[in-house]
Amino acid sequence: MESKTKDLWVLCETKEDGTAKNVGIELLNPGRRLAKKQGGKLVSIVIGYHTDAAVKEANSHGADQIVVVDGEEFQHYTTDAYLAAVAHLLEKYAPTSMLIGATPNGRDLGPRLSSHLGTGLTADCTGLDIDEASGNIAWTRPAFGGNLMAVILCPKHRPQLGTVRPGVFKKPEKCEGKAEIIREDFHVPADQIRTKLLKVLLEDSSEFVDLEGADIIVSGGRGVGGPEGFNVIRDLADALGATVGASRAAVDAGWITHSHQVGQTGKTVGPKLYIACGISGAIQHLAGMSSSDVIVAINKDADAPIFNVADYGIVGNLFEVVPALAAAIKKGKD
Amino acid sequence: MDILVCVKQVPDTTEIKIDPVTNTLVREGVPSILNPFDGYALEAAARIKDKAPDTKIVVLSMGPPQAENALRECLAIAADKAYLATDRAFGGSDTLATSYILSRAIAKVEELEGKKFDAIFCGKQAIDGDTAQVGPEMAEQLGYPQVTYGLEASLEGDELHVTREEEDGKEIIGIKFPCLVTFTKPSFDPRFPTIKRKMAARKAQIDHLTMAELTNIDPARAGLKGSPTNVKRTFVPPRKKAGVVIKEETGEMSAQKLYELLSNAHVI
Repeated sequence: MESKTKDLWVLCETKEDGTAKNVGIELLNPGRRLAKKQGGKLVSIVIGYHTDAAVKEANSHGADQIVVVDGEEFQHYTTDAYLAAVAHLLEKYAPTSMLIGATPNGRDLGPRLSSHLGTGLTADCTGLDIDEASGNIAWTRPAFGGNLMAVILCPKHRPQLGTVRPGVFKKPEKCEGKAEIIREDFHVPADQIRTKLLKVLLEDSSEFVDLEGADIIVSGGRGVGGPEGFNVIRDLADALGATVGASRAAVDAGWITHSHQVGQTGKTVGPKLYIACGISGAIQHLAGMSSSDVIVAINKDADAPIFNVADYGIVGNLFEVVPALAAAIKKGKD
Repeated sequence: MDILVCVKQVPDTTEIKIDPVTNTLVREGVPSILNPFDGYALEAAARIKDKAPDTKIVVLSMGPPQAENALRECLAIAADKAYLATDRAFGGSDTLATSYILSRAIAKVEELEGKKFDAIFCGKQAIDGDTAQVGPEMAEQLGYPQVTYGLEASLEGDELHVTREEEDGKEIIGIKFPCLVTFTKPSFDPRFPTIKRKMAARKAQIDHLTMAELTNIDPARAGLKGSPTNVKRTFVPPRKKAGVVIKEETGEMSAQKLYELLSNAHVI
């Protein structure tokens, strides 16, 4: 497909209530920089149902143009409806590149789109730039469980597509919104949506663990020693208003449920503060948390690899350190 | 029902080390394993077969001849038959080219088996590339509906009910045949091979599909030249600068010190 513009698109996924998912706004930040280098507009693509709040947020975070597809069939994500809508927009406007948040839905849609359009897609990027020599986007992404970084180009096919990991980029500064808003009247007939949502499992809310949206995570690993060892982890998390995470070792041992797992086979997180307690720092764990802003490691083994990524490390017994830290925080609050 | 499971042989990324002198990946001596996510896909197929014993499970891989080992492991666990798409011309394929080759190989396997598969199961992603792209790209090539991030699947009449992991919980999605489902890590452990199946798998015949057999492949869409993306360079991520190490006399004093450092840095 030939591109008709030098515009940079950012897909803004919405929640059921029509507000924007964070990553759709975050990506306007690197998007602005790339759009400027490409010499085109920064365009936010808002898809959902009753999307006014999302449109407003994209507008006040610096989009030059917002294209909106709003309809009941877009309230809950389906591959078929979203593919039809985004492919339609891409074919109509033909921008040179598009960023998609690497959420489960973004990673469901992205490859479907690349295959539909016959263009290249780079997965789960953590760095974005323009390759000076060719003017293409240089997509940087981790591979081999975070052991290796690769810089990928898509030289001959348009649009260049990439999914970008949530939480890597900060939302841009708020501004006075002056985006041009285009509403596309596009609908997908029900018989073209081939999957059916049968049930949303609102597991008892005690089961729901919002690791990806957490500002602070306190995680426990093999060093907590057993299910009751997580009590001190929970106490510290309560004191900080944090979410409880866990390493694969703790989950596999059955001490805590998989919904708490951080790492390659669990969740990828990027909180402001990550406190790893009794976690040695296996590669697959580091792959899921090393982009956290500040990392604290508490471990009795001074040689544990977790200390290589830690900003603050305490070599010591977590059962002494963690309760004392929780007490200091509670005291500080009073 | 008939299920085809796509699998990949991968280096065990948990065993990969960085050479501290050259700062490059040490691949020598790293064992090759069946991609764990593909193991979950195979387990999902096996669980359907547990309840509907006339289910047939065929596994397909693309890779070098030694990828036969991963296929034999699948045969030992639950698969009935295995195919390997292998040709030097497939080397250097990115995810789009890989999905193209695999979707054509599926058509060939269907021709050889004399039937259409009801469902294609894949792992969510491979642990070496971590892209999670080949499954959905293949679904698009095949024109099938898809569900990704599946935890388990059950056969309900003429459709599958797939429990899908979402950002903030789970959902159950109904999907009609033919379809493609990718699987992530479930809450249960996949089964182990039995000794008897292991012995049989060692002797099983694995049919190779080369470019010569796959006459339905356009060579321009395979391998490096069929790949829209290419790797410009790779590097080992820079180590973070050494952090602050706190080691006071007691754990309590260390905790106090950490608290002061974190509050002074406005982290908490």
